Amino acid sequence: MKEKIIVVSNKSGLHARPAATLVQTLNKYQSGVKILKDDFEVDAKSVMGVMALAAACGSKLKFVVDGPDEGETIAAIERLFNSKFSE
Amino acid sequence: MFVDKDIILKGIAASPGIAIGKVFLLEEEDFYFIRKEIPKPFREAERKRFDEAIEKSRSEFKVTYCKINDVLGKNYANIANVYILILDDPALREDAYKLIDDGVNAEYALFKVLYKIVRSFENIDDDFFKERKVDIQAVGRKILTNLFGKKEKNIAKLDEGSVIIARNLTPADTVSVRGKKISGFATDIGGKTYHTAIIAQGLAMPAVVGLKNISSLVKTGEEIIVDGDKGEVILNPSQETLLHYKNKYILQLAAARESKKLKSLTAETADKHEVFVFANIDHFDEVPIILNNGASGIGLYRTEVIYLNRDSIPTEQEHFDIYSKVAQQMLPYAATIRTFDLGGDKLVKMGLLNLGGESNPFLGLRAIRLCLKYPEIFVSQLRAILRASVLGKVKLMYPMISGLEELRAANAILDKVKEDLGKENIKFDENMEVGAMIEVPSAVAVIDSIAKEVDFVSIGTNDLIQYTLAVDRVNENVAYLYDPMHPAILRFIKRIIDEGHKAGIKVAMCGEMAGDPKFAPIILGMGLDEFSVSPMQIAPIKKIIRSISFADCNVMADKVLKLEDSKSILKEIDLFMKQEG
Repeated sequence: MKEKIIVVSNKSGLHARPAATLVQTLNKYQSGVKILKDDFEVDAKSVMGVMALAAACGSKLKFVVDGPDEGETIAAIERLFNSKFSE
Repeated sequence: MFVDKDIILKGIAASPGIAIGKVFLLEEEDFYFIRKEIPKPFREAERKRFDEAIEKSRSEFKVTYCKINDVLGKNYANIANVYILILDDPALREDAYKLIDDGVNAEYALFKVLYKIVRSFENIDDDFFKERKVDIQAVGRKILTNLFGKKEKNIAKLDEGSVIIARNLTPADTVSVRGKKISGFATDIGGKTYHTAIIAQGLAMPAVVGLKNISSLVKTGEEIIVDGDKGEVILNPSQETLLHYKNKYILQLAAARESKKLKSLTAETADKHEVFVFANIDHFDEVPIILNNGASGIGLYRTEVIYLNRDSIPTEQEHFDIYSKVAQQMLPYAATIRTFDLGGDKLVKMGLLNLGGESNPFLGLRAIRLCLKYPEIFVSQLRAILRASVLGKVKLMYPMISGLEELRAANAILDKVKEDLGKENIKFDENMEVGAMIEVPSAVAVIDSIAKEVDFVSIGTNDLIQYTLAVDRVNENVAYLYDPMHPAILRFIKRIIDEGHKAGIKVAMCGEMAGDPKFAPIILGMGLDEFSVSPMQIAPIKKIIRSISFADCNVMADKVLKLEDSKSILKEIDLFMKQEG
């Protein structure tokens, strides 16, 4: 199991399209991914769950990744956030 | 002013503009369904029925994706992808399966699951995220329609010039009415980030949303006005109101025509002196906007955004991914990338460096100074810019150059980077132009020396004014001293332009002053070559440049440069504008 804290830095936060990009990316990996924000926990492969986090720009998110390809999964998540979801 | 016949409804301005027309009421069918027990042997079939409705919805959303993609491009079309992902969301699928397996009908299962999810969105404080429930409801409706095997509401038989009124309008509806000369729409639900509103903005279709109950107040065929600027809808308009809005509508048409016309026109004065209008951007997603607004290049790409809100230094690859996109999308135009202009304070927050607190960061270790002190951060940005230079027309600009030594030190690093890239067999544009931003008064004093060693200069008026007049413009006690028309500033600008021209280089201006139409004649008259302005100022600046004579601006500028206070300067400029008409 691997964990990573990421601060949302794209202008409008994890709104619909970035949430969709995140889910589409994660669906390529086998690992299970959970996102924790404050006292919420959601399945990162659920687009509705990700949107319901209401993660605005500046929100701190904890990603918990568990599975055979957890290293690659975390790297993919970081790339996505670093590129600010290059919509 | 108006007789009391008008019924004004207040909503949320979703897409600007005025629409006047006859209502086309899009009535939504209500679904009536009850909870049904499904006996065990039929549960498998019920699950299959649910799956089929999902698959049918998926193929319909795919059609929507293609339709939006054709008209507005991928960025907008991704809205349909969100819908497809909601269909596949485990929170919907798995929970609905569970209920079906427990023995209820698919409609009820879907309703139960979505009800719970929508409720959780209603508890969100942030309106922006709260509104996403509308997307979930739209998907739910689509699945229900397919479960019932019903045909969806049909908006194909609209009359030209209709104003669509609906409880909810999906992005698919909105894009499918395009080309049918719909003048606008208004809906009961939705807010500023309503996906349908985003599509409406893309189509330049006036819209007001969040009107709560408009769909129950109007009938098809009634006269209606949608004011997408104010966020109002007027039912039963009086003759005066109609006239008032028709006039506004005509002005709007004229303005739209003019901005469209300006888009493809050069920034040439009435007496055929050509200058260039470029754009300032912060983020690469502004590129389509500035191209659409008629920019002939990027005069200032501020790269600071790449560094903000993160806990590690951006890698060379991250920089390159962004710059290569900008360079390619801008072709055949040039993109001027300015290396980062951040203070050490920002980097401490990123946990990169511990420089200790600065008592005066504005005069502290920032921009090029920081780059020279910590070349490793600078090098990764320079490498990325150089690598991107073969993919388009890229220019490099250093911020805050205060004298020749700094410029030479930065160029020495650049030369070393080029040498390394050469050794690594990585291609870059050997002739990439390198320029300096002129925003420190000492650089103005030695501009003759600087101009000999750069390919261009760009005047950053915001900081130049603050440093020259020793005024912090966010400090309300002294903000009044921030004055672009201070004779000192005008003389500085004149000096930079003249010395630049003497050295045979182009002089640009990328500060806010360049984007203010009021200042355009004086700056133009002093001989500026390139105006780099915010995306919304491109058309206004082009317009004023095209309306004035360069020869007259020259005469006016000579006169103004002899004036000794900004009041007389402004007066002279006002007089000039009146004469030019």
